[in-house]
Amino acid sequence: MSRPAVDTVEVAATSPSQSQPFKELGLNAEEYQRIKDILDRRPTSSELAMYSVMWSEHCSYKSSKVHLRQFGDKVPAEAKDILLVGMGENAGVVDVGHGLAVTFKIESHNHPSYVEPYQGAATGVGGIVRDILTMGARPVAVQDALRFGPANAPDTARVLPGVVAGIGGYGNCLGLPNVGGEISFDPSYLGNPLVNALCVGVLPADGIKLAKADGPGSHVVLFGARTGGDGIGGASVLASASFEAKGEKKRPAVQVGDPFAEKVLIECCLEIFAADLVTGIQDLGAAGLSCATTELAAAGTGGMDVDLDLAPLRDETLTPEEILMSESQERMMAVVTPENLEKFLEVCAMWEVTATVIGTVTDTGRLVMRWHGETIVDVPPRTLAHEGPVYERPVRRPYDQDALNGEHGNGLPRPKSGEQLRATALKLISSANLADKSWVTDQYDRYVLGNTVLAQPEDSGMIRLTDRALDGSGEADLGVAVSVDGNGRYTRLDPYAGAQLALAEAYRNVATTGARPLAVTNCLNFGSPEDPAVMWQFAEAVRGLADGCQQLGVPVTGGNVSFYNQTGSTPILPTPVIGVLGVIDDVSRRTPMALRGDGAQLYLLGDTRDEFGGSEWANVVHGFLGGRPPKVDLTREKLLADVLINASRDGLIDAAHDLSDGGLFVAVAEGCLRGEVGVRLVVPEGLDPFVFLFSESAGRAIVAVPRTEEVRFTDMCTARGLPATRIGVLDILESAIEVQGQFRLPLSELRTAWAATLPDLFG
Amino acid sequence: MARVVVDVVMKPEILDPQGQAILNALGRLGIEGVSSVRQGKHFELEVADDVEDADLTKIADTLLANPVIEDFTIRR
Amino acid sequence: MAVRVGVVTFPGSLDDRDALRAVRLAGAEPVPLWHGEKWLSDVQAVVLPGGFSYGDYLRCGAIARFSPAMDSIVDGARQGMPVLGICNGFQVLCEAHLLPGALIRNRSQKFICRDQAVRIENAGTAWTADYEDGQQLVIPLKNAEGCYVADERTLDELEGSGRVVARYLDGNPNGSLRDIAGICNAEGNVVGLMPHPEHATDPLVGPGTDGLPFFSSVLRALVGAA
Repeated sequence: MSRPAVDTVEVAATSPSQSQPFKELGLNAEEYQRIKDILDRRPTSSELAMYSVMWSEHCSYKSSKVHLRQFGDKVPAEAKDILLVGMGENAGVVDVGHGLAVTFKIESHNHPSYVEPYQGAATGVGGIVRDILTMGARPVAVQDALRFGPANAPDTARVLPGVVAGIGGYGNCLGLPNVGGEISFDPSYLGNPLVNALCVGVLPADGIKLAKADGPGSHVVLFGARTGGDGIGGASVLASASFEAKGEKKRPAVQVGDPFAEKVLIECCLEIFAADLVTGIQDLGAAGLSCATTELAAAGTGGMDVDLDLAPLRDETLTPEEILMSESQERMMAVVTPENLEKFLEVCAMWEVTATVIGTVTDTGRLVMRWHGETIVDVPPRTLAHEGPVYERPVRRPYDQDALNGEHGNGLPRPKSGEQLRATALKLISSANLADKSWVTDQYDRYVLGNTVLAQPEDSGMIRLTDRALDGSGEADLGVAVSVDGNGRYTRLDPYAGAQLALAEAYRNVATTGARPLAVTNCLNFGSPEDPAVMWQFAEAVRGLADGCQQLGVPVTGGNVSFYNQTGSTPILPTPVIGVLGVIDDVSRRTPMALRGDGAQLYLLGDTRDEFGGSEWANVVHGFLGGRPPKVDLTREKLLADVLINASRDGLIDAAHDLSDGGLFVAVAEGCLRGEVGVRLVVPEGLDPFVFLFSESAGRAIVAVPRTEEVRFTDMCTARGLPATRIGVLDILESAIEVQGQFRLPLSELRTAWAATLPDLFG
Repeated sequence: MARVVVDVVMKPEILDPQGQAILNALGRLGIEGVSSVRQGKHFELEVADDVEDADLTKIADTLLANPVIEDFTIRR
Repeated sequence: MAVRVGVVTFPGSLDDRDALRAVRLAGAEPVPLWHGEKWLSDVQAVVLPGGFSYGDYLRCGAIARFSPAMDSIVDGARQGMPVLGICNGFQVLCEAHLLPGALIRNRSQKFICRDQAVRIENAGTAWTADYEDGQQLVIPLKNAEGCYVADERTLDELEGSGRVVARYLDGNPNGSLRDIAGICNAEGNVVGLMPHPEHATDPLVGPGTDGLPFFSSVLRALVGAA
């Protein structure tokens, strides 16, 4: 079989005017010229492939870099001590004490999940898990934030079950408990579902592994799965282009995942880390070998020689360009000193993981690759990994922003009578965004690894890190808690505030379970960066998030940007998804959300205002979006968090649940259903019942306070200046939610309405 | 060397929900006249000429199929 | 001297760590066993844990049953050594023909994770002696291939000879015939169970401690025999 002649450096140097398909690969004329200037000749086709993927939006962050800088610039002073690894590495790492560190990150896999829901979501999980593994950590939990079109849309019935099956299929087989996440539905995500996958890992504080190739003479080892034709030009190119509204949908080779391969890879890597056998390691994600080699070579001593034909292949017909662009899953690249190589390969052999030395670290400042003896790549690696184009995209406030904010919805008819309030309550609790999500979450293993203290629907996913029962150490077991939250409607109304509200919600969720928030990760899902209105949303959201993190004292440790989420010219709602990680010194003191304690007093913490901009009520009952989102008060959020954490630690409360979508009624309903307890609520003096039940004012939580602790608890709130209003009493015999003078809703009726929605839709 | 094909299908008495799901999906394609679908597995082995029938049966019977729930056919 | 209970790790096993922990909590000495080694380091009982050995390639447990460790386990089981197969372990035991029947895809076609109500039907096996007949438990169930099937004759024989060890209550989660959640061999030393008792040994991270007696029962059986 004759194959096209390989485009070598020598050939490129002597054929400067050969035309190359840089446009088809996603580069523009300026970028192509810049490559020629860097190399002082035209690039070979392999080099062109590498630049095209490394300089794509997905890999280079060219449209977002100038904005994301703020996360580094605005790192809160108090965070600098605990931040062991900040932004710029595969994932951030924070010190949690006891000689342990925790790493976590969230990443998107949106476009592939639209094309092939199961594999798109599965490989999204696989990818984020490898990012955590590559820091030297054992992955210990996953969460996912999912957004789909309308719940009853035919395409949602295609996408949602596949995505959920993929997340479960991959995560369950890997043996990672799925301990939280969120799901919401909105027309703007039809055609552009969002699949944001988060992973948490644990490692010894002195065992952090970085992606650098240090030490000339060290071996470069490619290990894991063999390389095939998966996703060639997939994630990188796909995430840098929107779908055509009417034309052919892109049908590239979507990556196919093998969770068993990743499971053995994890165990193999952990043994390698424990024996300290690598000096640098990088996982192969978007842009596969191109990314791993350039990133490793760019850090450390600056050079690498690679024999590309040594890469183990699944498909022998692959050309070098295809090998470099392949996104075959479950692969890692390690830098191993000569003394450690034999042991390294032995560990791989025991786990039956393919491992091949494909190159050597150098100090030439060049990444050189050979194919069948000829040089096909000779580039300065930094130009690919770190010196990609940086754009200052035009930013313009959307023309309709003022009108949108002006339409405050005050004219929307509100329920007045008890009967109407009752009907509204049922309508909300049974709407897809607020209904029971067990149909989804029952497909995830929450128990594996045996350390899950809290999982959905609790306010955070909490994992025990130490285990006194096993090693007899310490007086209490340390834990970490994670929550992910986002709200596209708030962000559309005000991106600066919307990002801060998402941050506040995740922060509040972690504190509600008794953990102290420590660090932030984010997944920023937006439309096309070539649309100045979208860039305005992005710039404002990043600014809001950076300012918010600084004010709350929690640093952004890393994250992900997903642009081009749009069909034709209509972008999705701007959707920053924020993950907050916290730590709890004694997991046995965690605060669950199930309301309990017969006779316990139910308190509402915080202030309730008439705030319905972007609310679920406006959305579900009136299909309306307009006005302004609820007011942000980060000082109040900090105070509320402190009170909740102290109350948890001192045993003053039996249960707590934060308020968010749907307001107080939904929070109370969720707490009562989970605790199987009724409540008699009293509308506070001077507050309108509708506002009391459904407003979405931020900075609030409900707590169940046993009578024996009531005075201590209220004294603490008073001393700290946190409004605490007694709103009801829990009653295990009263199997209903009763709002005095308004309505009574039996738990059985409530449960039926709440639990039926998703099974009715998805089977 | 020759190719040997082993086809494995669930025994008729075992409920095959995947086959059932596929049958239901056929209706949505608008095609009539298909009354049953059973899902199985198809194995292709490259086999040296001196491998005997008894060996192939053993491969099929012990590994490729679970005789408790599956039937198999071997074709050289 | 402490009773030694081995827990096998196959490539892809997931709940081996929890099984080891449960053995320790029950008061025995947990011994990790590698699938690739034939000799069982002098253990007196063996647990085959849950997980996705070999990624569930071909069929669940179909490849794991051929591992060197399984040769010794099959020999040991035939000589009366207590063996408990949990979830994937149950699948391996069926593939190895130490137990009859097979586990196939859940009727719903979906993975299910839930706190499952179960009734102990036979408290006379090596692994259930610390329960009472008819005792009701709640232990986590989590699998996609948990539907137990066997032909009518086998099912009747299991029922008739008291070899159904556990049965699902409050709804059959996966379509298992006769709501069977666990069975044993004729001698009662080999038990296969779909739900995960090792996840119900610590109330902080599970639905309670209803699962612990599976692990303490075998201690009694072995200490008595020693």
